Amino acid sequence: MTDATQRPYPQPDDVTQPFWDGISEGRLRLQRCGRCGRHVFYPRAVCPHCSSADLEWVDASGRGSLYSFSVVHRAPPGFEAPYAVALVDLAEGVRMMAGLVDVAIDQLEVGQALEVAIQGDPALPYFRPSPG
Amino acid sequence: MTGPVAAIAGVAESDLGIVAPKTALQLQAEAAREALAEAGLTFADVDAVFCAGRDEVSPSLLLAEYLGITPRYSDSTNIGGASFLAHAAHAAAAIEAGLCEVALIAYGSTQRSLRARSLGGTGAIPGPAQFETVWGLPLPVGGYAMAATRHGHLYGTTAEQLAEVAVATRAWAGLNPKAYYRDPITIDDVLGSTMIATPLHLLDCCLVTDGGGAVVIVRADRARDLAKPPVWLLGHGHSHSHLTIANMPDLTTTSAALSGAAAMEMAGVTHDEIDVAQIYDSFTITVLLSLEALGFCGPGESGPFVEGGRTAPGGDFPMNTNGGGLSYCHPGMYGIFTLIEATRQVRGECGDRQVEGARIALCNGTGGVLSSAATVVLARD
Repeated sequence: MTDATQRPYPQPDDVTQPFWDGISEGRLRLQRCGRCGRHVFYPRAVCPHCSSADLEWVDASGRGSLYSFSVVHRAPPGFEAPYAVALVDLAEGVRMMAGLVDVAIDQLEVGQALEVAIQGDPALPYFRPSPG
Repeated sequence: MTGPVAAIAGVAESDLGIVAPKTALQLQAEAAREALAEAGLTFADVDAVFCAGRDEVSPSLLLAEYLGITPRYSDSTNIGGASFLAHAAHAAAAIEAGLCEVALIAYGSTQRSLRARSLGGTGAIPGPAQFETVWGLPLPVGGYAMAATRHGHLYGTTAEQLAEVAVATRAWAGLNPKAYYRDPITIDDVLGSTMIATPLHLLDCCLVTDGGGAVVIVRADRARDLAKPPVWLLGHGHSHSHLTIANMPDLTTTSAALSGAAAMEMAGVTHDEIDVAQIYDSFTITVLLSLEALGFCGPGESGPFVEGGRTAPGGDFPMNTNGGGLSYCHPGMYGIFTLIEATRQVRGECGDRQVEGARIALCNGTGGVLSSAATVVLARD
């Protein structure tokens, strides 16, 4: 039997806490560099594009597209297969891993439009298909 | 400087497969002793130690203490399964700089006996993994699976083409008495095996075994006086592009594009001159992506490249002639075994699986979730 209490959960740190605080409020937020203007994910203390330390938190559009995915059949402890895990390219130019919800796992297509769907306990930024 | 600065003088495996109650340290010691003995050397001759463990924080300290070695050069670089090819590069560079003469590279793991492999994590996940482990993607296989999905989308690469790699590699394993699985398999066997993470089936995945290995690298002028003919380190390179799979810039282009080009340029050899290739096969997709990144075929062409048993015994691109991580052994990190097999091939010691006339070999390691790559080009006189 799947024991959901075994499921891993994020351990926020000084830099990532604002991201998870946003998620718990239902907001997907990213860092944006005040110097080069590019968005940064995962959250960092410095900008990997221009070496600046001037990073601010901004609301993300929540829109993206499916860069790639895998349907998991051999699940780690705490998860019940099958389910899809995705790499999502956000409109802001960053990529994040996410679970997919409200999808038929045998009808996923690389490139399809997605939108964020924050849910769960602890709350996590899942994605679901969107009209585009 | 003319000619190569260093050569492989000895190689050995420890016991492979399921070795309980032996320990990982014991496996390293067995392999190290045998690799040195093959060269006519002992622990007392070693002045540099290179080690990457899965469990130890300071594996070179542990190994050197255990073997009674006081090195003047020490390196515990860990870039995943490619580490040992990077160690070979570091050893050659240290030898060239006059920092050591006899380098010992060793690895051992009893992950199979200890049932130490885990696909995921539990509890609170710190660091960059807090954005990945929480999704239940089994790692590393899930990251490789995503790369295979992307490759299939861009280039039409099929499950059958992935399976070709596993089938050809198993055929080589049938010729290697030390291989863990030796019975032939078919493409249908691969496609019919348990799905792990789409599109990768169980038989697209490397083994989980125990095992260890060692490689001895010596300064060029000493190499000629030892028991085995020198296997020259002609070229090497390594790089890495990410740690976590979401941070890989392009899921179908590995760091072997950099490491391979560097190694080939240093060696001064062309692709046509490579007689045998040992390409780390953690998963079937790893091989396809590596073949493209190394330039043996163009982007997207690796599926057709391996079709028709091209990499199998008798094919025109002999690859992973020991049976690879897919069928011979895979004790967590496999890179050192690419060097061991390539050395034996160019020495002509491989018996039933010997590639006729093999003189120049290319080894490519991949570590993490397609994170790192290290390439080494070897040749006999």
